[in-house]
This record gives sequence, C-alpha cells and structure tokens, in this order.
Amino acid sequence: MSDPRNPLPLTPLHIAVALDGAGWHPAAWREPEARPTELLDARYWTDLVQEAERGLLDLVTIEDSFGLQSSNPGRPDDRTDQVRGRLDAVLVAARVAPLTEHVGIVPTAVVTHTEPFHASKAVATLDWVSTGRAGVRVRVSSRPDEAALFGRRTVEPFEPGRADSADTDGGPITDLFDEAADYVEVVRRLWDSWEDDAEIRDAATGRFVDREKLHYIDFEGPHFSVRGPSITPRPPQGQPIVAALAHRTVAYRLVGRSADLGFVTPRDAADARAILAEVRAEQAVAGRADETVHVLGDVVVFLDDDAAAAADRKARLDALLGRELISDARIFVGTPVELADLVLEWREAGLGGVRLRPGGLPHDLEQITRGLVPELQRRGAFRTAYEADTLRGLLGLTRPANRYAAV
Amino acid sequence: MAKKQIHLAAHFPGVNNTTVWSDPAAGSHIDFRSFVHFAQTAERAKFDFLFLAEGLRLREQNGQIYDLDVVGRPDTMAVLAALAAVTERLGLAGTINSTFNEPYEIARQFASLDHLSAGRAAWNVVTSWDEFTGENFRRGGFLPQEKRYLRAKEFLAATWALFDSWRGDEIVADKESGVFLADPDAGRFDVSSDQFDIRGRFSVPRSPQTRPVILQAGDSEEGREFASSSADAIFTRHGTLDAGREFYADVKGRLAKYGRAAGDLKILPAATFVLGDTDAEAQEKADVIRHQQVSGQTAIKFLEQLWNRDLSDHDPDGPLPEADPLVGENTIARGRASVRMYRDPIATARQWRELAEAKHLSTRELIIEVTGRQSFVGTPEKVADALDEFVQADASDGFVLVPHLTPGGLDEFADTVVPLLQERGSFRTEYEGTTLRDHLGLGDARPPADAIPGVGS
Repeated sequence: MSDPRNPLPLTPLHIAVALDGAGWHPAAWREPEARPTELLDARYWTDLVQEAERGLLDLVTIEDSFGLQSSNPGRPDDRTDQVRGRLDAVLVAARVAPLTEHVGIVPTAVVTHTEPFHASKAVATLDWVSTGRAGVRVRVSSRPDEAALFGRRTVEPFEPGRADSADTDGGPITDLFDEAADYVEVVRRLWDSWEDDAEIRDAATGRFVDREKLHYIDFEGPHFSVRGPSITPRPPQGQPIVAALAHRTVAYRLVGRSADLGFVTPRDAADARAILAEVRAEQAVAGRADETVHVLGDVVVFLDDDAAAAADRKARLDALLGRELISDARIFVGTPVELADLVLEWREAGLGGVRLRPGGLPHDLEQITRGLVPELQRRGAFRTAYEADTLRGLLGLTRPANRYAAV
Repeated sequence: MAKKQIHLAAHFPGVNNTTVWSDPAAGSHIDFRSFVHFAQTAERAKFDFLFLAEGLRLREQNGQIYDLDVVGRPDTMAVLAALAAVTERLGLAGTINSTFNEPYEIARQFASLDHLSAGRAAWNVVTSWDEFTGENFRRGGFLPQEKRYLRAKEFLAATWALFDSWRGDEIVADKESGVFLADPDAGRFDVSSDQFDIRGRFSVPRSPQTRPVILQAGDSEEGREFASSSADAIFTRHGTLDAGREFYADVKGRLAKYGRAAGDLKILPAATFVLGDTDAEAQEKADVIRHQQVSGQTAIKFLEQLWNRDLSDHDPDGPLPEADPLVGENTIARGRASVRMYRDPIATARQWRELAEAKHLSTRELIIEVTGRQSFVGTPEKVADALDEFVQADASDGFVLVPHLTPGGLDEFADTVVPLLQERGSFRTEYEGTTLRDHLGLGDARPPADAIPGVGS
C-alpha cells in the first residue's frame, strides 16, 4: 500500500485538529457553510468533534483565552467584524466527551491566573467522563488586560514575535513559563496523589480507602504551595496528556520539561528539524531524553479538491479581511493530496505529525477527514481504524507508573 | 386554585457517612456511569435538578486522612458539563466555593455551563476561610472568618456584573454586511469592592438563563439574610414540620425588604427516605441503614469531633466518656463543616449524657440517635403523604433528596413515590419549560441587586 516515494514511517503519524470559533481565518464566519450563530451551542462542538472522530484523528484541541478575542495578540480591540465571545474550553470538552468514543480531547487551560488544584481535578474529571481521552494544553497569559480581569497580579506586556532577550535571562516571560512548569508539576503530582488501588472498601476494617495510598504532594515554589492530595481519584490514563504550543526557546523549554505533546510552527522541513533539535535538547537538559515527547507541526489549512478553488476561497476571505492573512504558523492553500505531501515531508524531517488549523469550519475540517485522511491511508501512512481507546494509547504512550507507589 | 407544587432535587450521594459504601448494591462514586444513572433517573422522574456538593480538601481526623467514609469526587463543573450531554431537561447544580475561586473564572464557567446545557445551570454558593483548605491554593488561608460573608456577597455581585455585561442582542453575525457584533463595547464591566478590583470585557455572551439559579445553604442570621437578598433557593436541615414552618415563615418574611415576592425564593430542606412494602419493613430497613452509616468506629470519630480529644481507645458499645470535651479550637477534625455546629461542646455533651441515660444507649446507639435519622420512612403512600403535607403546610417548597446508595439510591423513589405525588396533583408529570428557572417557577433573572454597595457595571 505504501507509496514508493514515501515509505511507511516507522512510527505512526499523528494528526490533531485545532478547533477555534468559526475557523482560523478571521473572516471564516462569513463563509456560506459557517455557523456563526451557533458558536455557543453544544451541538456545534459536538458535530465538529464527531467529524474529527469519523476521520480517525488522534485528537482535537480547543482554543481558549480569558480575554475576549482580539485581532491584536497583546491587547484588546473593539472590532465588531470578527467572532467575539467563546465558552470555557474544558467545559466544552467535557460536554462533548460522552458523545464520542475514541478521539482525544485537549482543551486549553490558562495557567497564569488559575489554580493548579482546580485544573488538575478538572482535567482528571475530563479523563473520567471520556474514559481516558483527556489532555490539556497549558497556556501562559502575558496580557495586562487579562490580568485585570482577575485583579490579583499585574503582568508585563509582551508582544509575541518581538525579539526579546528576556527569553534566556530570567525576564518576565521566563518567569511566566517557569510558573507554567511548576503548575504542570503540581497538576501531575495531584494526578498521582491517589494510587490506583487506594479505594479498598474493606468491610473487615471499615475503611473505604487505604490512606497509605493517598499522598500529600507538598509542592512549594515561588508562586504557590500545594499540599494535596487531590479530591479526585487518579484518572483512567494515570496521567492525561499535557500539551503546549511553542514558538521560541522559553516555550521549547516548557515542552522539553513538562509536556507529552508540543505544537510548533516551522516554516518548512529544515525549520522543523532545527526546532525539533531545540526541543530534544531541552528534553535532555530536563533529564527526559528517554521519554516520548511528540512534536507536531502546526499548519493553517485552506483545502479544496481543486487547488484553484482553495486559492479562490482563501483570496475571498482575505478580501473580506481587507488584507492577506498572517499567522504564526505556516499557511497552506491547496488540495488534500498536496497537503499529504507536506505532512509526510515534515514527518520525514522528524516531526510526529501535524496539528491542522482549519481556515474555515466545518469546510476545512471535512477536507481533512474526508480528503487528507483517505489520501494518507492510501499511502499507508495513517491508521484505518482506531487502535486504542485512550489518548495515550493513540499516541503510543503506555500508562505511566505512579510516582508515589512503592515498587 | 391549583395545588401548591412540590420541587424535587436529587443530591448525588456525598462524601460523608450518610452514603453507605459497604452495601453490595453500592457502586462507584467516580465512574461516570454512576453519574449518568443517577441523573437519568432524576430526569425520568421529572426532578427539578441534580445537586453536587464539593469539598476542596480531603477530610482529616487525628492528623490523618479520614478513611471510614466514601472519599473522592470529580470536579463539579466538568462533571456537570458532561451530564448536560446525557440529559435534556434536568437542572444541573454545583457547589462552588467563593473563597478559593475568582469571580471572572467562575462566571465564565457557569455562563458556559448554562450555554452548554441550554439553560439548566445552578450554583450553590458556599464560603470557607480555613487555612486547612487554603493549603491547596495559591493564596492559602487568606480570608479572616468575619469576612467570609462579605466576600461571598461581593463575589456574587461581581459575577452578576459579569453575567449582565452582555444584554443578549449583541451577536448579529450578519454574513452579508460583515457585522458580527452590534456593540463594540459588549461585555464591558468594572467592579471595585473590598474584595475585588476587576475590569475589562467578559468573554462569554449572555446565556439562556442570564445567570445560573443561585442556591444557598446556611442557617445563621447572616446566611438567612444572604439567601433572602440574593438566592433563588435555600437548602435547610429543618426536618420537622414545626421547625420547617418556623424557618419558612422567617425567611419568606425577609424577602419583601429586598423587593422580592414569596415565590422568588424556594425553601428546600435536605431529606433522606427509606421505603418498604409495609411501614414496619421500612422501619427495619431504616434501622439497618443507620447501623451501616454509623459503625462503632464511625461513632468514635463523631464523638471525637465533639469531645475534641483522641478517643480511639473508647468502647463504642459502652457509655459515653466521663471526661468533658476540650473547649477551644477544634484540632481533632479538619475539613468538615459539622464541627462548627457545636458552639457549646460542654452543654451538648451534657445533653447527650442525659439522653443516653434516659434511653439506656451505648455510645454507638447515642450517636445513631443524635446524628440524625431518616426524614421519611414508610410505604411509598405514607412517604408521599408526608412529603405532600410538609409542602402544603408551608414547611417547605420541596426537598433535596439524599439517597444513601450510589448510583441506584433514587430508583425506588422515582418508581413508587413520584407517581403517587403526581396522582395527588402535587408534582409535574412533564417538564413544562426547558430551563431550570422554568422548573422552579422563578421567572426571569432579576436585575442586579442595587442594595449591594460598591459594584457597578
């Protein structure tokens, strides 16, 4: 079955889709197929995630931020011509979970203003209600206006993409990412704070739990101290998947230290190799060289069976926007077959796969599930049926031992 | 005139000794299938809502995690969102603490839940201040006890400002003209109060109920006043007809000064029940359940909570300890609300001794006697009559039923008592509306309370 130009990869290809509003193009909500009045309805999200599952995708991510969406990454705007308003991503994920069976569900959680204790039990619960398909993408917030929504602390303004030496020398952004790493550490310890067999229901001694198998985590750091144990028993996967989007060294370090899954934004295959080397180096520094950390390349996609139709659609959306779309990620316009070439090229460069950001929903999601996936299957490069019931299983990760369990 | 209607809520069995885990029929307290079974039973029986409690730290006694009761529960909001997928009409009520959360995040979660459930969200607002729970959170035990109601009040007011920050008509989404939002300022809020200083634009547009239904538990003067000014329903523990009527009259009487009508606040006592084919059989079952709920070990633990001493060597089948309780800060039991109920431990101990002597009760029997008994015991007919009488006599507007078994503890009630209440014309046979506000007959959410100072939007 495999295409001679692209021999069957040694390890499976992973495909994620990033769901956000009406799609990643700011004018996507004006497309004929778009459902802009349904963005706050459970039905809309259920339809999208079920479509991803029909396409046998590994997982969906669900974007989130505390502030209202803005055309400017660093501060709010007062535009009225783009999608504004969204729901809490963890709750959208939980709402969709019982209506799907195989696909992984990875909502975004902002770590800067929230409690690791709450986040840990929320994601553990997502894992319980999805029977082992939960993950969480941790996100740092450096917007002063988002800090004002909480009123608890101030943050230094920071413009992503701006050259900033704070990356490496302990500046405010480094501090936010260090806090994120501590946050993930607390979340992970809390997931392990119950051993799998802590619940004993021992009638003879009258004990429901064996308290020797419940553990204080006693984390102490500059931003928080957390005692534990969690109020929620260890979830089905033991450790749900932790993901992060990374564009720069400070974030590659977070992926290397803390994540199972990194989303990165290479321009091309050579860039992918360079980024991957950075992530692997950070992984080694963190003492995790032996652990599997999947790195997926993000691509914004505009897909049609006919390349000209895709280009026309993209041009139409750009005209509505009033300028050409710019993105932190590579923008791909073409056919699902052409996208398959790019995906496999990046796969050859060492990435574990891709996270595709549909330019418009549901159109580009359906092009992925009904166009890209069959094409990759024809080339022997993608699963033809779900091979596991958990997200860890789909990602080829075993269920980890509990750090607190006596061996 | 139409008969006064009963409102029924179902309390998912809690992390305490009311919940019996040792019964062969007791299932998982964390597996989602248990929640689905329980919620779908409540919905099949046309209940108003399902209720989840919360505790943010595992309870401890004598410096160790308490291991005799069910332990472990899911995240309240996430499990309610998941239950919205497997139910269509049932209200979904969660307990969320106003001390260890922030208004923006909680408003966002409840507005999201209300959207995702098409208008079925409810919030039981609770407060705490203790350093013990605070050890799990960024701020630690930051709140002095005397500020807990202030914070709760200001928390609620801040979330109201957020819920009301969208009018509901801003999203136009006109593909032709390219106007998504009619108002460039939609969601704008600004709150300054003792506890909060927050501003910006709220990211969740107006939800079907505008705000979640607000529930409140608390029997103190402050609690009653808080509920009268701000809540849509209040939980109580008044199990007898007389105590219920007194409480009902008191709380309903406070509503007028907040410009509210008697129907605007529903009074829902917690109620346990045991059913049998005969009253005698039900009484026998009730006695067995009480002994399951209060083992000898559990009795000792309860005793320690009042005595504030280590009594691990005390014989539960013998008399009460001779020494008096230790007065002062309770250092024995932490992470439970109940220890705060004993305001005068010496006097309570004296009452217990007198009761034990008069009725010839062992320590365990005494604890069984004083830690509550089933509210309603008997045949389905008898229980239905008693529930109906309670409501018709204005001792309550309904009940929060607390079954002792997970997940099937509501099944028999749904199958036998509910049809009898329906026959009596006291309980709905079909849901009439789609939102929880509809079920509770609350009408539209009220405008923000002007009475609460320091909050603008």
